[in-house]
Amino acid sequence: MIDVTTIRKDFPILNREVNGKPLVYFDNAATSQTPQQVIDVIVEYYSSYNANIHRGVHALSQEATDKYEQARITIQKHFNIAKSHEVVFTSGTTHSINMVANGFGALLSAGDEIIVSALEHHSNIVPWQMLCERTGAILKVIPMNLEGELVMEKYQELLSDKTKLVFCNHVSNALGTVNPIETIIKEAHKVGAAVLIDGAQAAPHIKADMQALDVDFYTVSAHKVCGPTGVGMLYGKEEWLKKLPPYQGGGEMIAEVTFEKTTYADLPHKFEAGTPNICGGIAFGAALDYMNTIGFKAIATYEEELLEYATEQLLSINGLKIYGTSKKKTSVISFNIDNLHPYDIGSILDKLGIAVRTGHHCAQPIMEFFKIPGTVRASFSFYNTKEEIDTLVAGVERARNMLL
Amino acid sequence: MTIDKIQEEIIDEFSMFDDWMQRYEYMIDLGKSLPLIEQEFKTDDHIIKGCQSKVWVHAKLQEDKLVFTADSDAIITKGIIAILIRVFSNQKPQDIIDANTNFIDEIGLKEHLSPTRANGLVSMIKQLKLYAVAYQTQLN
Repeated sequence: MIDVTTIRKDFPILNREVNGKPLVYFDNAATSQTPQQVIDVIVEYYSSYNANIHRGVHALSQEATDKYEQARITIQKHFNIAKSHEVVFTSGTTHSINMVANGFGALLSAGDEIIVSALEHHSNIVPWQMLCERTGAILKVIPMNLEGELVMEKYQELLSDKTKLVFCNHVSNALGTVNPIETIIKEAHKVGAAVLIDGAQAAPHIKADMQALDVDFYTVSAHKVCGPTGVGMLYGKEEWLKKLPPYQGGGEMIAEVTFEKTTYADLPHKFEAGTPNICGGIAFGAALDYMNTIGFKAIATYEEELLEYATEQLLSINGLKIYGTSKKKTSVISFNIDNLHPYDIGSILDKLGIAVRTGHHCAQPIMEFFKIPGTVRASFSFYNTKEEIDTLVAGVERARNMLL
Repeated sequence: MTIDKIQEEIIDEFSMFDDWMQRYEYMIDLGKSLPLIEQEFKTDDHIIKGCQSKVWVHAKLQEDKLVFTADSDAIITKGIIAILIRVFSNQKPQDIIDANTNFIDEIGLKEHLSPTRANGLVSMIKQLKLYAVAYQTQLN
């Protein structure tokens, strides 16, 4: 059970006002807010043991290294990853995906096929297009239906022995659809293809088990799970991380350097060139600890309640249409009202202190599918309340009356 | 009326409102009453780049004055356009080129728009001035 009144006290930002109104923060799918427990970890890092890691002989460096490596283990345990060196710290999901795309450049040849889903974020389309341009591989797309679900029969038809890679998000950022990644992974493996799942939108709602999923790569951004921005992880199976060439050259990623040849460091350091976001990595671990204290089961139950309530209330507004109506979705509602422009609705909500996202959500192909310029997206977190949803519904009604 | 005079009028009008919701309501009304651009000009050539919502602008010279028509798929954006057209349309190209745009800061328009809309506003003014430059060259 979620005690939302107590939980809200952990988030100082929820007390602030926007445009003279109490903040109602419903842009959680873009970034989650940070609890005091995580803010404290960040402050503590810079006020008591800020140092560069993995190379100093002094006490601070040792302390920072220990905390950073502890965070890696927290992440390993959270995602039930077999080995801690399969956790690579990155700057976030986009960085993680680019790392894999870049690495596969060396493994693909002309005529190989890459499959992506129609529900992808731009960050999960562009790197593959670039990779295809570079290697002559061909990009294939799993289509979606009107509910915003992937058409799995078509996926089966796309798979062949030419398929080398399959990329799909666990949860769609624009619509909230939870994709059937278990089947996607299993079927891809039958033809010998590797699978990368973008877990950015899933991580705040679903505790994914890497070993049970048997996925080859999985990516997460810390700022979606109550952590800081600019840090995230790439999970990769050891065998794959060994196969991929390093992404960047620099310090930390080498074992030995002469002018003739450089030997790369062991995993995960091969992919962690330069000084990383040390404080961010440690705070990422603290953020997962925080969320686990609340419990992912409790979070899922509560968010489902919020989603159901908000869906019901919003649908009572005349002319409101929800995009993404899969039975399996996270607490995200993408909607439009008649022909009103999402920007207009979002601007008025902002004046009422309500933060939502408007636009194409970096998923233009989805908007094109529905023939709309974008949507208003309200996304709920475990620290939101039904009262806030009432405020949203009243705000949307008011916007509708002003604009129509 | 001169551009300066119209700007003063707009500043006065905006100062009468108590809060930004009322100003938004006013802009929405302006947007709804904006005379529509002729359909033939609602093409990609007439779209202003830098606006997140679509904005089409057309300019034509009537005697020595430049007349703007415009449209957008978002109503608040249309309201902004209506204000700009009121200031800049039916003026001599050289006056449009010389006009300062302080009124935008004075009515607080920019700070009350989302960053993407504020960028769009800058692009719109730039586009109107570019039209003026083009037609002034033609007049010379």
